[in-house]
Amino acid sequence: MSAPALLELADDELILGWRDSEWTGIAPSLEEDVAFSSIAQNEIGHARALYELAARELGTTADELAFDRDPSEYRSAPLVEQRRLEWAHTIARHYLYETADEIRLAALKQADDADVAGLAAKMDREEQYHRLHARMWNERLRDEPRYQEALRELWPLALGVLAPEQRAELAGRVGFEPVDAVERDRQSEELRELWEEMTMVRRSVPGATW
Amino acid sequence: MIYEVFRQEKKGAAFAHAGSVDAPDATFAEAFAREQYGRRQESEALWVVPRAAIHTVTDFADELNKTYHRVDGYSLKAKLKEARERAGTARAS
Repeated sequence: MSAPALLELADDELILGWRDSEWTGIAPSLEEDVAFSSIAQNEIGHARALYELAARELGTTADELAFDRDPSEYRSAPLVEQRRLEWAHTIARHYLYETADEIRLAALKQADDADVAGLAAKMDREEQYHRLHARMWNERLRDEPRYQEALRELWPLALGVLAPEQRAELAGRVGFEPVDAVERDRQSEELRELWEEMTMVRRSVPGATW
Repeated sequence: MIYEVFRQEKKGAAFAHAGSVDAPDATFAEAFAREQYGRRQESEALWVVPRAAIHTVTDFADELNKTYHRVDGYSLKAKLKEARERAGTARAS
């Protein structure tokens, strides 16, 4: 698998892990706080493993890929970049992302590259819990107008997570009509703000060994 | 709603109380219990029970009125001290 394709995945997982971790300490209940923070940490763990694979190919390190690139070099999908401190949108994104990620991981598990296929299988084991969590919340909120509105709003962004040939499958699973996707080629202002925060400590002492 | 979670560490072992989770329904209680007590291979099985379903009993009558039948009715510490004194092996305190 090519490094740019690995970076798309790694960036998605890192940025979403960051966004989800913004709920740590302020989730709707303590139990949910523990659950959602744990999911956030898993995503960042997946990002680390994916960056390591890409780093081997590019002759660099996972940390350099995660934190030393310019914001314009990130390949994350706009869906994960949005700052969403509102629960209906957070769960809508979570549900849409996990459903898309399941399709993406199923394809990766079949990859010719044994390292990629193995990592995809390992990630998929943790994602099973994420999907259980996402579906449970989707089930609970599905009749709430605020949640339905959030799903509709995020739907074009969710399609942008997947390669064009995988999008019809996502539409089928979610039960929405395919529309024009919001592609990865746009850099959001929100990603730039997040990057400032995310790389702040590392940039404070360039070249340091932590 | 509070659910009490019981955890079985190994196959065949007795379930022991692990803790409790606050959840709106049984599905959420299960997910939260899995997260807190089951995701790291630390459990063989979980019981997730609404606290309201647990019938608590505390009012035991003292049928025998013989304190030595109870674990708290016999002060081992005091008896040991007496025995040591009799044997002349009391510790210097």
